[in-house]
Amino acid sequence: MVTAEQVWNALAEIPDPEIPVISLVDLGVIRDVGVANGTVRVAFTPTFLGCPALEVMRDAMAERIRELGAEPEIEVLKDDSWSTDRITPEGREKLRVSGFAPPAPREASAPTLVQLQSNVFRCPYCGSTDTKLENIFGPTPCRSLRYCPSCRQPFEQFKTI
Amino acid sequence: MNESEARSLLEIADDELILGWRDSEWTGIAPLLEEDVAFSSIAQNEIGHARALYELVAGEQGTTADELAFDRAPEEYRCTRLVELRLLDWEKTIARHYLYEQADAARLEQLKQSDDAEIAGLAAKIDREEAYHRMHAQMWFDRLKDEPRFTAALDELRPLLDAGRDEHSPELAELWVEMTMVRRSQPAGTAW
Repeated sequence: MVTAEQVWNALAEIPDPEIPVISLVDLGVIRDVGVANGTVRVAFTPTFLGCPALEVMRDAMAERIRELGAEPEIEVLKDDSWSTDRITPEGREKLRVSGFAPPAPREASAPTLVQLQSNVFRCPYCGSTDTKLENIFGPTPCRSLRYCPSCRQPFEQFKTI
Repeated sequence: MNESEARSLLEIADDELILGWRDSEWTGIAPLLEEDVAFSSIAQNEIGHARALYELVAGEQGTTADELAFDRAPEEYRCTRLVELRLLDWEKTIARHYLYEQADAARLEQLKQSDDAEIAGLAAKIDREEAYHRMHAQMWFDRLKDEPRFTAALDELRPLLDAGRDEHSPELAELWVEMTMVRRSQPAGTAW
C-alpha cells in the first residue's frame, strides 16, 4: 500500500517543465496529498492560469502515481491559494544559482511599477541590488527581465504573484 | 452561481479569449522586441483566464470549456466590440489595452467580493496576474498621453466599451473563422 510520504517523495522528483532545476514540490504547487483505498488524490494549484506547462505537470504527476501502483486523482484548484511565497527556501536557492532571481515576498496589494523600478531586486550573479527593470514581461508569463549594471548581466526575475 | 453570474463570467471569458487572439497578432511583428514579448505574454495570460472562466461556467451548465469557446456562432459571443477589432496601429493597440485594463480592473474588484467562493477565488487569482498588464498599460499611457494620435485613439475607441454586447463588428466573424478552423476541421471526437 502506497503512503503519502512515498507520493510526496515521488512528486519531489518531477522537474518543473519550464525551469527544470526546481521540482513541483519546490515550486509549492502541490497543496495536499491524500491516500485512500488505492487512490491518490493530489490537490494542485496552477502558477499562472495560462501556463502551458500545467497539463505537462498534471500528466507527469499522474504517471508517477501510477508507477507507485495507485490510481491518480488530480484536483486543480483555481483560486488565489498559490503564490510565489509558496516556493520553498530550497527552491529559491536552486533558482538563484541557476540565474533566476527568486520572487520578492507577496504583499496585501499587487506590486506596482514604482516597486519594480526600485533598488531592492538582487542580481543572482553578483548580489548587487542596483538592478534595472528592462521588461515587465519575459520568456514565460512568470518572469520579468532585469539588467545588472554592476556585472553587466541581464537576468530573469521571478514575478511576485 | 445564478444565471446573471454565469452570464457575466461568460462576458469576461469572451472578452479575454478574443483579446488574447488580437494581442497575439503582435507576436513576431511588434515595433519593439520588448513589446513583442509583452503582448505575447499578455495574450497567453488572457487566454488562460478565458479558459478558467469557461471551465467554471461549463461546470454549471454541463458543457465544456472548448464547446463554450469554439462551438458557438459568432453572433452568440458576449464580448465587447472593443476587443474584436483588428488594430494594426500601435497607438490604437495601446489605447485599447489601457481602456480594457481599466474596465477589467473594476469588474474584477466586484467579482472578488462575490459570495460564491469559487468565483471570488478565481477573480482574485486573475487580478494578481492582471496587475502586471495594468502596469504595462499605465507605463505606455504615461509615455503617450500628450500625443494627439494617442488621445484621438482613446476618444475613438472609448465608446465601444458602452456599445453593448449584442451587436458585433464584422471583424469578429472573420476572427471566428480563423479561431475555430482547426476545431471545425476535426471529425467530432477525434483526439489530436
